[in-house]
Order: sequence, then structure tokens, then C-alpha cells
Amino acid sequence: MGFFHRHRGLTPYLLLLPGLAWLAIFFLVPLGFLAYQSLQSGTFDVGYAFDWAWGNYWDAFQRYHPWLVRSLVYAGLATVIALVISYPLAYWIAFRGGQWKNVLLVMIIAPFFVTYLIRTLAWETILADQGPIVGVLRDVGILGDNGRILATSTAVVAGITYNFLPFMALPLYVALEGIDARLIEAAEDLYASKFQAFLRVTLPLSMPGVVAGTLLTFIPATGDFINAQLLGTPKQAMIGNVIQSKFFNLLDYPGAAALSFTLMAAVLLLIAIYARAIGTEKLTG
Amino acid sequence: MTDMLTRQELLRRAGVGAAMLSIPGLAAACGGSSSSGSGATTQKLASTLRFANWPLYMDYVEKTKTYPTLEAFTKKLGVKVDYKEDINSNSEYFGKIQGPLSRGQSINEDIIVLTDNERYLATMIKKGWVEELDKDAIPNIINLVDVQKHPGFDPDRKYSLPWQSGMTGIAYNKTLTKPILSIDQLLEDKSLKGQITVLNGFADTLGLVMLSNGDDPSKVTDASWKAAIDRIKEASDSGQIRQFTGNDYAGPLDKGDLKACIAWSGDIVQLGNPKLKWNVPKDGAMIWTDNMIIPKGGDAYTASVYMNYAYTPAVAAKIAAYIQYVTPVKGTREVLGKTDPALAGNPLIFPTDTMLEQVHLIDPDALSNADYNEQWQAVLGA
Repeated sequence: MGFFHRHRGLTPYLLLLPGLAWLAIFFLVPLGFLAYQSLQSGTFDVGYAFDWAWGNYWDAFQRYHPWLVRSLVYAGLATVIALVISYPLAYWIAFRGGQWKNVLLVMIIAPFFVTYLIRTLAWETILADQGPIVGVLRDVGILGDNGRILATSTAVVAGITYNFLPFMALPLYVALEGIDARLIEAAEDLYASKFQAFLRVTLPLSMPGVVAGTLLTFIPATGDFINAQLLGTPKQAMIGNVIQSKFFNLLDYPGAAALSFTLMAAVLLLIAIYARAIGTEKLTG
Repeated sequence: MTDMLTRQELLRRAGVGAAMLSIPGLAAACGGSSSSGSGATTQKLASTLRFANWPLYMDYVEKTKTYPTLEAFTKKLGVKVDYKEDINSNSEYFGKIQGPLSRGQSINEDIIVLTDNERYLATMIKKGWVEELDKDAIPNIINLVDVQKHPGFDPDRKYSLPWQSGMTGIAYNKTLTKPILSIDQLLEDKSLKGQITVLNGFADTLGLVMLSNGDDPSKVTDASWKAAIDRIKEASDSGQIRQFTGNDYAGPLDKGDLKACIAWSGDIVQLGNPKLKWNVPKDGAMIWTDNMIIPKGGDAYTASVYMNYAYTPAVAAKIAAYIQYVTPVKGTREVLGKTDPALAGNPLIFPTDTMLEQVHLIDPDALSNADYNEQWQAVLGA
């Protein structure tokens, strides 16, 4: 008792300790190890040794930038589509869900009770050549008679969108749910049409949810490799597939580590631009 | 460190280290009971055998949730079996264990199973990350089929014993296409465009293409390599090949999205879909074998005693009857003939002599060739 009274200033730091320790052990240490590995040279058979091999980064960027760009484009598309789908969904649950709110939220999370791999494989069935969706698209002439969706970019982006949708929908819901409905009423009473009220009150107030949702969707989607592997062809391979193949198949650990860092840097850069454009205060509300 | 490290042994080892509690003595004792080579095996069974294998690779009774042959092993020798279906891919499993093994740490397994048509099995042996088999404990090794006695990666079977083998050939859906009996047909018949897949291991896919090119996959040359990989690249670029797959080809093949594909014999038996046919292609098939090895730090004696048990024809018959791959144990067919003649006559479990003349092994040197691996991964898109 006496100790905490005398050192009141320490308390917040002590409370932070478990979190900081967690971050250090499970994030900083592995990251440091990865950085160390990314600067090694050699081969698997003779062993890798540290020698400031910056060339690994140049190789990673020069050789694999098309994969990097493709990953960012796919993840960007998936994020935008997820936002377009999730916003009305979250809006409806938040404002019109009534007593069904909790049930509807559980329905959004429900797919998470099934493993990621199985959920992705389910899309193989949903989009199957002999399946109902492709059948309808063929009948209405959007796809040719021998057209297909599986093993195309469409399938990969659809798979990513689906798998990360809850990460978009839940933060949106939280932001929308927190909006005081009286503010919207007031806008409508004072000056605005429903659409104007949405644009000038609801949307700005929900921006923290939009920012959180887009980040939570975009970041993991960029590094995804399962969707490209199961729903795509070699032409849809993403940067995650390259890192996986370098690590597991080519046993090129420094190359894989350098690529991981390059990816991290690219994502950080994009987020920095995004945060600047939109303003970080939007993130915290 | 193994469960085997009993108190007596700790004391004995520490005794060798002169003082009872000397640091070197303890360090040696903590290195695992067999870390100093097979000469140091204690000829005493561990209380538990730790066995990591592939899914659906052991006889299993759904109703009682037990593995009968493992239960019988425990009953007979008092050794419990900690059996895990942990291995789904050679590359991923190797990725998981190489860290500890390279630092000289045990991975806490006594037996693991890796395939001879990828580089990892040979790498484990070359790097010295395996324990020697205790051959004195495996008299049943005489039941090993002749073709498996001297593989390139382990010429005297000092470190490895086959678990099961399988063949890589062509599967097709007979309601969607005419019979596909050759690689030429698979890669060039335009009616199959976009509706075939090939496997993502180059031993499987390029091995078959080399055979079709008239080259020998057990002695890969730069020329035969180039001819094969160029053919696959062309078929992939033209859209003839839809995807490169692991065993995830099974779903689309079963549903009818694929007309034909390169496939493993046992998968097609297990799918049990009467529309699907598997065959040895006109120019020959590839054969591969999953091998049991004892990772460094594992209990070589206990593992060897289990291997001896698995090489009893009566036990091998029970395992083969369930998993339906090619068994490497002589005498199994005779045992099965009495209980299940239909299985004993199934050429995908007991290949006929003509089939065996048409199957080929991949060149182990090609598997570890860095250039080849890199070119192949590039074809896979990564």
C-alpha cells in the first residue's frame, strides 16, 4: 500500500507491463530475428551466415514487385468491396436490428467457427463450374458456355472479400451503433434531407469504424496466400505465395525474410498515406 | 529429451561424468538417451512412443476412436503410443522442425514420416538430423520388399524404413471424357482445356512428362529437365492446365469440375467414386514412398521395436486393408488373401508385375538441385 502511495506515478507503467512484455516477446523479438535473418547470405546446404546482405532486399523488390503490386491491388479491391457490402449491413443492424441485433451479429461471426481453410474450400463448391452461380451466369450470357469463375482473379478477390468481411463489418457496426440518433433527427429537423443527413452526420461520425475496418481488412489481406493458392492459378499468385514458397520449398530463409520486410514496408507506406489523407483523428473519433 | 531418461540412467550417465552432479554429465544426460549415436541405446523401452504421421494413414475404428494395431502394440509391449496426424505436407512439416533440429534440439518425436520424392527426407539424413535404426531390434526387416532395399538417399537402410508407397498416374472422370491414357493426351487434347490439373511436386508432374518424352526420370539431365518443364510451362500458359494442386484436386475431380488430372493411386481408391478411373499412363508412372525416420533426440530403440512390429505381415495386412496404399512388407498379400481376397487382388494396393515394371523413381539429385527447384517454383507462379 505504502509503495504505491509513494510512487503513484509508477502505477500506469506497472499496469502497462504485461502488455508491453507481450508485445516485446511475441512481436519485437521475432521481428528482430526476422530482420537479422533477412541480412544473411549463403545456401541452405552450407548454412546461412549474417553479413549485412542488403542485396536480399534489392533482389526481393526487383524480382518480385509484380507480385507485390498484384497483392496490393487484390487486397485493395477486396477492402473496397467489403466496405460496400458491410456498410449497409452494419447500418441496418445498428439502426433497424431491434431485438435481432445480437442474432444478426452472431450470424456475421458464425463463419469464424469454421477454420479458414475450410471456408476457402467452400468457395470451390460455391463457384464450381457445375454449380448454381456459374450456371446462372452462363444462362444470362455474362459467362460464355465454357466460362468459369474458379481459377480466375474474380475468384481470388471474392474469396479474400468473404474471408475478411467480418473484420470490416464489426468495427463499422460499433461505430454506427455509438451514434446518437438524436443528432440525425436534429439534422433532419433543421435543414437536411435524409440523404444529406447521412452524408453530413452519420457518415462522418462512422469514419472511425471505416478506418479501423479498412485497416483490419487490408493489412491481413495483402499477405494472404490461401485464397490465391486454392482459388487461383499461377497467374494469380500473391506475394504471400512467393514468401511461402521461398521459405518452405526453396529453403531460402533470408530471401523470404527480406520479402516479408519489403511487404511490411509497402503496407506501412500505404497506411501512412491513407492516414495523412483522411486524418488520424478519424481513427480515434 | 525423452521419457526414457530414467533416474537410474541419469545417475549412471552422471557417474560417467566423474562427479555425481558434474555439469558435463548432466548435460550429456539431458541430451536425450540416444543422442550419442545408436551405440548408446539403452535397450530399454520408453513408456511412450511419439509418432507423427500423415492423416488417414493408420487403421482406425470410428466407433471406438481407437487405432487397433497401435492398441495391440501397447498391450503387447506396455508402450503407450502418442500418435498424431501432424504431417500434411513435407515442406511445411520440415519448415516447422528444421529450426529446433538445426540448433541441436529434440523435436519430441520418435518416429516421423517423410516422402522420398521431395528433398526433405534426404536433407534430414544428409544433415545428420536422424538417429540410426537399431537393426538388432528389427529382425523383421527381412520382410522389406526387394525394390526398397537400397534407395539412393539411404543405400543400406541405416536411417529409414518405408511406411507405405503410392503411384502417381492419371485419373479421369469417365462420364465427362473418353479415357485419358497418356500424358500427351492430358496436355494436348483441346477438349480438356481448363479442366485438368497437375500436381505441384515436380517429381510427380515432371517425372511423368519425362517418361512421356522418352527420358528417364531416375537420371535427370539438364536437357531432359528443360524439355519437361517447357512442356508444362506451355500447357500452363495456354490455359490447358487449370491449376497446380496438392491433394486438393480430389474435391473438384469428385464434383466433375475436372475431366482429368495427375493423381495419386490411393486417393482415387479412397474417394470410392465409380465414375473415376486411375491408370498407369502409357509411358509409365512414378512411384514414391513415405519413409519412417527417427529424428535426432528420438528414442531409437523404442522406435525400432515399433518398426519391427509394423513389419510383421499380420500387422501390415491390417494397416494396408485400412489405408489402401502399396505396402512394402512381404507376406502381407498372403495374409490378406485369407481374410479379404478382394483387397488382396486390388492392383492399386498390390501392383501387378507388369505395373511394377512401368513405375519409376525420381532422381534424388534432381530433388535437391537449387536451380531446378527455383525454376519449378517459378512455373507455379511464385
